[in-house]
Amino acid sequence: MASVLATTTNTAPAQGARRRSRTAYFLLLPGMGWLALFFAVPFITLFVTSLQVPVPGTSGQYMAAFDLANYPEALSYYSEQFIRSLVYAGIATILALIIAYPLAYFIAFRGGQWKGLLLVLVIAPTFASFLLRTYAWRTILADEGPITSFLNALSVLPQDRILNTGLAVIAGLTYNFLPFMILPLFAALDRIDPRLIEASGDLYSHPATTFRKVVWPLSLPGVVAGTLLTFIPAFGDYINAQLLGSTGDRMIGNAIQINFIQFRDYPIAAALSIMVMALILVIVFFYIRRAGTEELV
Amino acid sequence: MEQRRQVEDLRLTHLTKRFGELAAVDDLTLTIPAGSFFALLGASGCGKTTTLRMVAGLEDPTEGTIHIGDQDITNLRAFKRPVNTVFQSYALFPHMDIFENVAFGLKRRGIKDVKGPVEEILELVELAPMARRKPAQLSGGQQQRVAVARALINQPDVLLLDEPLGALDLKLRRQMQIELKRIQTEVGTTFVHVTHDQEEAMTMADTVAVMNSGRIEQMGHPADIYELPRTVFVANFLGQSNLFPGRKVATHGDLIDVDFAGHTLRVPTDRTFAEGGNGSDVIVGVRPEKMTIIDEPAPADATDAATIPESHNRLAGTVVDVSYTGVSTQYLVRTDADSEITVFEQNVLVGDRCEVGDRVIVHWASEHSFGLAG
Amino acid sequence: MGFIRRHLLSLVAIIVLIYLFIPVAVVGVLSFNKPASDYNTQWNQFSLDAWTNICGVPAVCDSFMVSIRIALISTLVATTLGTMIAIALVRYRFRGRQSTNLLIFLPISTPDVVMGASLLALFLNLRFPLGQTTVIIAHIMFTISFVVVAVKARLQGMDPSLEEAARDLYASPAATVRYVTFPLVAPGIAGAALLGFALSFDDFIISFFNAGTTVTFPIYIWGAAQRGIPVQVNALATLVFLIALGIVLIAQFVAWRRRKALNAEMFEQLAARQEKRAPITMDTLSRS
Repeated sequence: MASVLATTTNTAPAQGARRRSRTAYFLLLPGMGWLALFFAVPFITLFVTSLQVPVPGTSGQYMAAFDLANYPEALSYYSEQFIRSLVYAGIATILALIIAYPLAYFIAFRGGQWKGLLLVLVIAPTFASFLLRTYAWRTILADEGPITSFLNALSVLPQDRILNTGLAVIAGLTYNFLPFMILPLFAALDRIDPRLIEASGDLYSHPATTFRKVVWPLSLPGVVAGTLLTFIPAFGDYINAQLLGSTGDRMIGNAIQINFIQFRDYPIAAALSIMVMALILVIVFFYIRRAGTEELV
Repeated sequence: MEQRRQVEDLRLTHLTKRFGELAAVDDLTLTIPAGSFFALLGASGCGKTTTLRMVAGLEDPTEGTIHIGDQDITNLRAFKRPVNTVFQSYALFPHMDIFENVAFGLKRRGIKDVKGPVEEILELVELAPMARRKPAQLSGGQQQRVAVARALINQPDVLLLDEPLGALDLKLRRQMQIELKRIQTEVGTTFVHVTHDQEEAMTMADTVAVMNSGRIEQMGHPADIYELPRTVFVANFLGQSNLFPGRKVATHGDLIDVDFAGHTLRVPTDRTFAEGGNGSDVIVGVRPEKMTIIDEPAPADATDAATIPESHNRLAGTVVDVSYTGVSTQYLVRTDADSEITVFEQNVLVGDRCEVGDRVIVHWASEHSFGLAG
Repeated sequence: MGFIRRHLLSLVAIIVLIYLFIPVAVVGVLSFNKPASDYNTQWNQFSLDAWTNICGVPAVCDSFMVSIRIALISTLVATTLGTMIAIALVRYRFRGRQSTNLLIFLPISTPDVVMGASLLALFLNLRFPLGQTTVIIAHIMFTISFVVVAVKARLQGMDPSLEEAARDLYASPAATVRYVTFPLVAPGIAGAALLGFALSFDDFIISFFNAGTTVTFPIYIWGAAQRGIPVQVNALATLVFLIALGIVLIAQFVAWRRRKALNAEMFEQLAARQEKRAPITMDTLSRS
């Protein structure tokens, strides 16, 4: 017991403790310095850029200013894409949760000695190029392909096709970020003592009750983490919209990319990025309030 | 390995360790004689492990010094101290085989020829055939012996053992107790053994220190502490005691009279550790096995009562529980003053035992009593 | 009916696993295709052309090598830096722990497009020329966090008394790291490096923002998508997939074999380890 105290609550820095925390800073400095320089500082420059105004008489040249007008302007141009991103990413996240849960549950409770192998299989698809896998959905969802033909036979597709519609974009987003849902779910489910489920089986006769009262509440940390890790990249993604959707299905990521790279309207692109990041920080903040920073990494 | 090398005393002086407000070890001053088997006994959180870790150099003391002989090792870092530890979890390196584990310390000190000493020490702990196995392939008892060998091969001035038998089952624990004692006698190194198991401490150690809240309550030979505990904590922690809180009423000769709920109990003066004159609080204690239990004689029959010697303390009560444990029978008696007494009676006599509900008299020789501060 | 009911969960799990692999299978199958047009999206005719002539389109192999080089360098740096951070987080106490955790978590939870854009804003403002260097800087940045997470998990699973035992047995801090900490954490570091390599090799968005005229493998694919992706791209991607899968499967198999060999004896160890679990609650308590 005392030894545990020693490693957790020592607040009186003896000489040795100080020596040790010096080592800690030495270990932290290069990596954290890198993150500060190339992650934190760029956000400041991004913010500064979002306030810039064009140099009069030029195109693609901007000068320092404090012009908050870029924000309402960006929002008025791209509110549609903003909302579409929220909707697409939201639907994709819910679908991913529904698809991931049974698999994560299966690996955690029935995986036995195959757990490691099954997890490898979950991650393995990401070893194949992200772009090519997304592109492959063009083949799978092609207009004359089996899936589209089948659904058309049932007359359930509003536009008679999947490819180049929002459906294809959502399908792509759901697929691409599924591993980020499965892994945290598995981690949370794997921590549940199987005996709890047996005990609950004794108490409540119906498995559904066991799930609702025991498994689901205990897996919530994984659900929250998985939702976060799926929603955020899906919200910011523009590859699925570009490769699988039509010009009417563009998302906020497309807007940022096109303004930065093609239009070279840096202030607008920066303002959009800052708004995306602000939204994400709000979500992360609520997550931290719930879980604390130690659970983050 | 050359045996019985010159070892020196381990001295802790005003040793203190504070974690924030909490003093885990509180002004500990203690000399552990060279070559002794010393046990630090206490409940978890009493500071015994912290003390051990400070000696090992794994924890920095807040105040105080640690000496081995004349050498001050307080500020010496762990890997420079002539002290080795047997960890609670054994902490065998899982990626090395037994031979490499045992040779680790010698190699780090730059000793090239390790084969001889390693084989010799593995012989000592009877594990020579296991040299090329990985720790995970050994049983708990074998792992424990590897941990001992890995520490002892360095011929430390002091060997520290942190709850070394905690993870073993009862039978194996008994076996290892004897084994450890044998090894200690053979190598003659000072062993400092931390444990919460009073039986373990008493079987192995030649000196036991009972620790509580960062301080040593009592220290001495196990039998002496058991026979004559000096504090209520020790009386209860080391074995069981019946304690009767009373008031000192008189002293005659080398006996003190203590009034306990209207009964007079006698305690020898030299077994009393309560200060103060008549009227002061004294707790009279006695070990359960020192007591005798007899049926309360019928009022008409006075001959039975006469079998209780005059010098004995006696209390009357009712048996409320009887548990038969084979070697002995354990009685729980509720006295008329509504306190409970535990009595152990050896099952040496054939015949009737008392039963629940029986009226009984419990008596014991007053020289077996001890007096504690109330 | 009863059979389906009893095995419903297994069935769904298998279907989900198959679903995960369908696009991979499409990529693989199309590598054996001889497409009718420039667009290799529909099956036409079996051909080994792409595999026998894998560098048939020089730009494909060039971009592939660029990506390999970038991934190697950034993995090496990020693994080193990330491992150091993980050791500090698990083995030391220091001020600023909360901010450190946050700064590590944020890159994981920031969309690539925002990270790419903000880095580009930095490089533009500094008038730093875009190219391989800026891509490597970016890759190291976003890989570090993942390395920290992976190595930290491994370190936390390691009994701290092993390092104490090393110190107790005359190992200097450096020797402790070399002979005990590192060998025991190595599998975690190797896993982190593999992950880092995969992330870097496959990154498109952040690279695209910061690459200038440098063409990595994903950037090449993106550009080619407009006018048709050469079949060689599918062949190379399939090759990368198979190699990576092979590595992790071998690692799994080795671990599994070892586990199996020790199975009986492990039982006792586990029992001993169970006992040490208890203090974790103390740790959690003091944290909150």
